[in-house]
Amino acid sequence: MPEIKVTPLGAGQDVGRSCILVSIAGKNVMLDCGMHMGYNDDRRFPDFSYITQNGRLTDFLDCVIISHFHLDHCGALPYFSEMVGYDGPIYMTHPTKAICPILLEDYRKITVDKKGEINFFTSQMIKDCMKKVVAVHLHQTVQVDEELEIKAYYAGHVLGAAMFQIKVGCESVVYTGDYNMTPDRHLGAAWIDKCRPDLLITESTYATTIRDSKRCRERDFLKKVHETVERGGKVLIPVFALGRAQELCILLETFWERMNLKAPIYFSTGLTEKANHYYKLFITWTNQKIRKTFVQRNMFEFKHIKAFDRAFADNPGPMVVFATPGMLHAGQSLQIFKKWAGNEKNMVIMPGYCVQGTVGHKILSGQRKLEMEGRQILEVKMQVEYMSFSAHADAKGIMQLIRQAEPRNVLLVHGEAKKMEFLKQKIEQEFHVSCFMPANGETTTIFTNPSIPVDISLGLLKRETALGLLPDVRKPQLMHGTLMMKDNSFRLVSPEQALKELGLAEHQLRFTCRVHIQDPRKEHETVLRVYNHLKGQVLKDYSVQHLPDGSITVESILIQATAHSEDQGTKVLLVSWTYQDEDLGSYLTALLKKGLPPSTS
Amino acid sequence: FFQYCLSGHPTLPCNVLKFKSTTIMLDCGLDMTSTLNFLPLPLVQSPRLSKLPGWVLKDGSTFLDKELKECSGHVFVDSVPEFCLPETELLDLSTVDVILISNYHCMMALPYITEYTGFTGTVYATEPTVQIGRLLMEELVNSIERVPKAQSASMWKNKEVQRLLPAPLKDAVEVSMWRKCYTMPEVNAALSKIQLVGYSQKIELFGAVQVTPLSSGYALGSSNWIIQSHYEKVSYVSGSSLLTTHPQPMDQASLKNSDVLILTGLTQIPTANPDGMVGEFCSNLAMTVRNGGNVLVPCYPSGVIYDLLECLYQYIDSAGLSNVPFYFISPVANSSLEFSQIFAEWLCHNKQTKVYLPEPPFPHAELIQTNKLKHYPSIHGEFSNDFKQPCVVFTGHPSLRFGDVVHFMELWGKSSLNTVIFTEPDFSYLDALAPYQPLAMKCVYCPIDTRLNFIQVSKLLKEVQPLHVVCPEQYTQPPPTQSHRTDLMIDCQPPPMSYRRAEVLTLPYKRRYEKIEIMPELADSLVPLEIKPGISLATVSAVLHTKDNKHVLQLPPKPPQPTAGKKRKRVSDEVPECKPLKPLLSGSIPVDQFVQTLEKHGFSDVKVEDTAKGHIVLLQEAETLIQIEEDSTHIICDNDEPLRVKLRDLVLKFLQKF
Repeated sequence: MPEIKVTPLGAGQDVGRSCILVSIAGKNVMLDCGMHMGYNDDRRFPDFSYITQNGRLTDFLDCVIISHFHLDHCGALPYFSEMVGYDGPIYMTHPTKAICPILLEDYRKITVDKKGEINFFTSQMIKDCMKKVVAVHLHQTVQVDEELEIKAYYAGHVLGAAMFQIKVGCESVVYTGDYNMTPDRHLGAAWIDKCRPDLLITESTYATTIRDSKRCRERDFLKKVHETVERGGKVLIPVFALGRAQELCILLETFWERMNLKAPIYFSTGLTEKANHYYKLFITWTNQKIRKTFVQRNMFEFKHIKAFDRAFADNPGPMVVFATPGMLHAGQSLQIFKKWAGNEKNMVIMPGYCVQGTVGHKILSGQRKLEMEGRQILEVKMQVEYMSFSAHADAKGIMQLIRQAEPRNVLLVHGEAKKMEFLKQKIEQEFHVSCFMPANGETTTIFTNPSIPVDISLGLLKRETALGLLPDVRKPQLMHGTLMMKDNSFRLVSPEQALKELGLAEHQLRFTCRVHIQDPRKEHETVLRVYNHLKGQVLKDYSVQHLPDGSITVESILIQATAHSEDQGTKVLLVSWTYQDEDLGSYLTALLKKGLPPSTS
Repeated sequence: FFQYCLSGHPTLPCNVLKFKSTTIMLDCGLDMTSTLNFLPLPLVQSPRLSKLPGWVLKDGSTFLDKELKECSGHVFVDSVPEFCLPETELLDLSTVDVILISNYHCMMALPYITEYTGFTGTVYATEPTVQIGRLLMEELVNSIERVPKAQSASMWKNKEVQRLLPAPLKDAVEVSMWRKCYTMPEVNAALSKIQLVGYSQKIELFGAVQVTPLSSGYALGSSNWIIQSHYEKVSYVSGSSLLTTHPQPMDQASLKNSDVLILTGLTQIPTANPDGMVGEFCSNLAMTVRNGGNVLVPCYPSGVIYDLLECLYQYIDSAGLSNVPFYFISPVANSSLEFSQIFAEWLCHNKQTKVYLPEPPFPHAELIQTNKLKHYPSIHGEFSNDFKQPCVVFTGHPSLRFGDVVHFMELWGKSSLNTVIFTEPDFSYLDALAPYQPLAMKCVYCPIDTRLNFIQVSKLLKEVQPLHVVCPEQYTQPPPTQSHRTDLMIDCQPPPMSYRRAEVLTLPYKRRYEKIEIMPELADSLVPLEIKPGISLATVSAVLHTKDNKHVLQLPPKPPQPTAGKKRKRVSDEVPECKPLKPLLSGSIPVDQFVQTLEKHGFSDVKVEDTAKGHIVLLQEAETLIQIEEDSTHIICDNDEPLRVKLRDLVLKFLQKF
């Protein structure tokens, strides 16, 4: 039986290092190629040796699909394509293709230049890797090869984020990447049509969370920032350069404007300006409101938000700083954090999910004494706030997507095992579909039962649909045809056409049965009695005819009467039919053998 | 398969295709050449145009002098300009299921169709097509509404009256179909019916037909369309270009294997080479400005203007034009320039790569930043303060009948230092100029039409090999003014089927197959037999279900099991219900083997007689006779059913079932 196999190399009961192998109808597709923020050793990249021990990845994989530019979805790509070696196509949307190399370069710089790691991918490798990328449009059907096609759907989450449908024949898988089912200040909501995939692979970051209204969260956020600034404190908001950063900048910008606030807002990375350029040029990927008004006012040109200089961190007085990266695991956000952590007037707001092992995760889980590099202990006195602004679907959103796509099976990735377990039960209960949550390296097999498309000759179909118009729908019409299989083509034609195409003649098989009937009358009277008998009630629905030559036909069955050679009181009915009328012919002889009802005339 | 041809204009097509029970409108172009018969709408009171004498018939009657005015030796209608609509009577347009738009020039009649015909379907177009199409409509509505005209002339349209008028009014066709411009609410209502699509997106219509837009290389978001079912494919080619300008290149490969290829929107100037024209444009522009004159470029607010600005960007410094101001005046100038920068995904590769840097794809961003190019919504307001001469002005409308261009024609027409350069190919420049004659300003005609020429068409047709080509009749003969140029027509085999306005074509296509799905349970039950090497057969008896134009074959339901212990039903209840489902038979029966088989099955008195065509096998005791011939077998027996069935099954063993 046809099957779909799924093996997560990353993001199986975990967040980070997204990388999922899918085998569908003989095609192998790798979904995402991410890095893990929680590790600095081999575990940061997926274990590609799982795919093939000694063969080339290019021979094994038909294509690679990257859902969006976050590093936990694309961070291992140059390593995978240039260092392990893969030359096949890599698909992503245009904004992802534009922004991904910049984040990769940033990641490389932090790892190699700052941490001094060796044996990491180089700038040239990033460039070479990006040459293998094919950009796709939303909803465009991309023919990877003759059988395999992929199609991108809008996923919200970040600029250019997409869900992908992977389809071979009638079998299909949808991979959501990260998505958001509610529109926000700069992006629209994820959308997919009722494509009924055999399998939906969905992220489940917020599997158990049902978030309160976004408006409340925003008000809360603004209140906390405002209060801290009012009492002269400093606010640190660790973000990734692209994504939530723009969302929160728009939020603060409008608030500052409305409240006429003077405290400076800074954005810490040189990427910002560039990032905003991308948002301007890819404005078609933002939400409707921004798209509609961009000619009059571009939302990504900020008045109140200025570029940050390292020296500003020591300035007295209140300020708000957006700094990268978002999980406080390295870089500028961590440096500022160290500087400000000791003052209880200050505040750090974590606006998104933090992976285990990061400083962000530690302080969110309540740790206030952190062991930093060199055994130094950092005491955190500043206020720590968590506010979920990550643009992931919550439990409600995940259920909503399942309702939209109507998958036959669901598989959860990109989440924590415990939470997945809860969501899995909920999905199985509500949708009555199987739900899987494989761990990394564990293979899930899903059996599909595809129907087989064949070509039916129009003549045969018309003949059947004409018959199918009969009013009684309870009695289904049976159609009869011959399926001709040649090479890979399947054609359903009428038996006559099949014979003709093969150059064969029909062999006619005919039966003639002699039925003896006690009836002293003349032959033609016997015939009349037979006719009336058949015509009467028994064969109401059939065409029974009495022909001028004295014979009777029931449909194409012929009945003739002759006198018995020896017995005048007996008539012989010759019932003759072809094999095609076997049922009716056999029935008729049995019926006539029972004799005729007493004559009424 | 029918094609209803609602427009006779080859580059502003409007056809309706009836394809497999769906009704699909292909484009709805608006023929605006009708406006050439009207007086220009001046933005500022024009003493010249307001004092024109009314037209008087030869017999001295003056009843038309309010409607028709004499100007520069021609007669013009003094009224709100009107456009020639596609045919609306040829078929009931409320039955149209979908409208496919190929580019922003070919959607200008959309509000007339969607708002006035009872249309309830969906319109499909790409995002740039919709956005820029909206700008074109906005500009059109704006330039007509800002010059309110008290009267609208209709008397002259009376057939009896029109007959008496001088040419070209006398010969104007379909005047009854001329309509005033739509309004912005109508534009918005029409555009709200559009669903956005991307290149190579497969769109299912009612489960019966799939339509797909393909890049056509002519303009931002311009597309050709594939309309196909599983077995028939119609390609609709409209406004395509093979030149490398700003749009994504044309997708030719996907047009292959078409049964019918409908070809519209070829170049209107087949003899002019666009590259040469751009060169001429630049040199004329430079010469005029150097001599202290002004240059007027009547143009649409989107399209070729992007390419012209790009050329000028490279040209102005070397030509010493850095200090000459370039003005782009249109109510949608700003939007057009802004929109052009955000459609990276629809641009050619070079421009796409710029966006990845990230830099704006078009250099006019830099022209604006450095103040070399300035844009204004109209001549009023800010522009009048900034206006410096000599200068270059890009503005519409190319018909010279409305828009800011009318003002500049009046302003600059009297000086021979100035030049008007025609780049848009949609209007005859001499007709456009007629109400402004006599003119002192220089007129240069540099039509830039990047659409396919006949050489490219014949290459394309050779490449994609459609079975049949359908095109407007104009493409099947040389242009009327160059009847010797037989190279300026479509040449293909079989010759193209041509259409003209208000004609209905029957497309030469016959379907033979349809897609049907065999459900897995049924597929499992089939028993394929190899009949010939490589060919296997299986007889299929199944239940056909048809829903939403999709056919599915399922396993027939199992007959209900007779309940044990129940009395046998009466005979009449057992009349066979379904049509007999016995397969056809083929093969022949070797008599010797057949007899052996009979004997094996216990018939000891078998006798064989030869006949002319075969044999007769006699079972003497059973008084049964079996005639065996090459292609037939006849079993004649008494009514002994078990015997007959036994013989039947023995015969069947030798035959193949179909």
